[in-house]
Amino acid sequence: MLRYIAKRVFSMFLTLLIIATITFFLMKLLPGSPFNNQEKLTESQRFALNEKYGLNDPVPVQYINYLGKLAQGDLGYTFQYDGRTVNSMISNGIGPSATIGAEAILFGTLIGLILGIAAALKHNSVIDYGAMVVAVFGIAIPSFVFAGLLQYYVGVKLGWLPVAFWNGPEYHILPAFSLSVGVIATVARFMRTEMLEILGTDYILMARSKGISKNAVILKHCVRNSMIPIITILGPLSIGLITGTLVIENIFAIPGLGEQFVKSINLNDYPVIMGTTLFYSFLLITIILVVDILYGIIDPRIRVAGGKS
Amino acid sequence: MDKLLELENLHVSFQTYGGEVKAVRGVSFTLEKGESLAIVGESGSGKSVTSKAVMRLLPNKIGSIKEGSIRFEGKDLAKATEREMEKIRGSEISMIFQDPMTSLNPTMTIGKQIMEGLRKHQNMNKSEAKERSINLLKLVGIPNPELRVDEYPHQFSGGMRQRVVIAIALACNPKVLIADEPTTALDVTIQAQILDLMRDLQDKTGTAIILITHDLGVVANLAQRVAVMYGGMIVETGTADEIFYKPKHPYTWGLLASMPKINSDSKELLAIPGTPPDLMNPPKGCPFAARCPHAMEVCIDHMPDATDVSSTHKAACWLLDERAPKVEPPEAAVVGGAR
Repeated sequence: MLRYIAKRVFSMFLTLLIIATITFFLMKLLPGSPFNNQEKLTESQRFALNEKYGLNDPVPVQYINYLGKLAQGDLGYTFQYDGRTVNSMISNGIGPSATIGAEAILFGTLIGLILGIAAALKHNSVIDYGAMVVAVFGIAIPSFVFAGLLQYYVGVKLGWLPVAFWNGPEYHILPAFSLSVGVIATVARFMRTEMLEILGTDYILMARSKGISKNAVILKHCVRNSMIPIITILGPLSIGLITGTLVIENIFAIPGLGEQFVKSINLNDYPVIMGTTLFYSFLLITIILVVDILYGIIDPRIRVAGGKS
Repeated sequence: MDKLLELENLHVSFQTYGGEVKAVRGVSFTLEKGESLAIVGESGSGKSVTSKAVMRLLPNKIGSIKEGSIRFEGKDLAKATEREMEKIRGSEISMIFQDPMTSLNPTMTIGKQIMEGLRKHQNMNKSEAKERSINLLKLVGIPNPELRVDEYPHQFSGGMRQRVVIAIALACNPKVLIADEPTTALDVTIQAQILDLMRDLQDKTGTAIILITHDLGVVANLAQRVAVMYGGMIVETGTADEIFYKPKHPYTWGLLASMPKINSDSKELLAIPGTPPDLMNPPKGCPFAARCPHAMEVCIDHMPDATDVSSTHKAACWLLDERAPKVEPPEAAVVGGAR
């Protein structure tokens, strides 16, 4: 198992290197320059600024310099504010982003599991159909539409919750809920299908024939095994959530990483683009690794295969 | 001998989109202590449904017992509550399923799967239950039980898994063991081992066995008495000797004739022509009439009563009526000559 993890961590860094390279050269293809009002700058001022940030060097030299700093964990300075490091921007922005992301995935998975289990146990009943209608809407309607609707009805019309900004726990509810709708829908659908399949297997009948009560069989044999695919889809779901936060943070004016990322692209803020892209990639690869390890823990058949490879 | 289990006029139906499927239509039999009874018949004859009805494990919404009683030690299981059934399942009556590859939970160690029943029915603590599990694994012939008790099903071969399933079923010393095609999914060499094991365990524990199978070879190995099912009914019942050597029902003849024989010159494998009856609209008369080479007019419209052939042997066939023409079983159905 340790060898397996070590191998995965090594390939993780290789992936990051490739992502850094591709992003770096793509970014250089972006039109425009990072400096505002550059028409007003004189030739020498522009040269001085470019010189200061090392932008006069040939691109391959810039690339090597960047990688050298990256290896030391230094993501460089932003162009937007004087003397602010990208590292500090990320650590400031990650707080709100990670919070709504985590809230959305926890809440979404929990509600999704409950809906899916209820739908499977009451197969072909009102509960089942109701849960699946919710799931179809949740998948079909993007999170920013929910965000807008919630802002208008819950925030403006009813005035129950704040429409935007980030000043305390009550500010979390609308953005986290808008983000979680897709998670609820996906998890509920997967859980229902998987539960129905497992409820029909021989080993459920076998467990019942031992005299174990129906509820205990459902909990110990069925729900646990039905969660295996849920853990698999949690990886892609988290990735979707990260993309979701980019938009949701803009809609709710949350000073998170997503907002900074979008802004940095508009401003050609090269170090921030690089920094946030790499950070997001790192996050995604870590999530995938964690999911794979979790998968091995919950499903012994994979554990053995992983241990041998 | 003591009657342990007594089924009387059991009717089981399934509600499907197409209508009501009458899978079991008036099955009666008794099982005595320590006895082994085989229920034989082709797919769809109602043998598995009968056994699931005894366990009350019919699919909840669609399957139900329409009529009849299942008396177990005087108590009617057909009317028992779910809570009462939970006490009986696994401790008094337990079951082995057809496919050992799918009847064990893949994410639970086999030890835990054996211990579940022990902890529920015998109030054992964890270490007692584990010790008993190891003993059970030893009993069913699994080498290194101390190590293997903590392994998962995928680490066992098919035959070994079926041994584990048997260990689970026997964990609480049940009085009745229902084995639903216990060897069908196994290799022929493993089949013999599992049958030997079951016979051996029956000698040791005195558990009565209901063996459900379509394989007459298995029956000959294990059963003392045989009930032949067709179209949701028992058409012939008797001791194993009577069924093999003096069969009376044409369906039983067909079954015996379709058994491959090692000493036969014929390269052809005999089959019973036709298909089993549609149990959505079961025939009024004998269910086998449409496929029976000896069918008479009376067979189409009237179900024959079970006729006593001997004190242990009954068959439901109009050929046994004194007015019927004398018909001899086909040569292919004669097992090893008359005895």
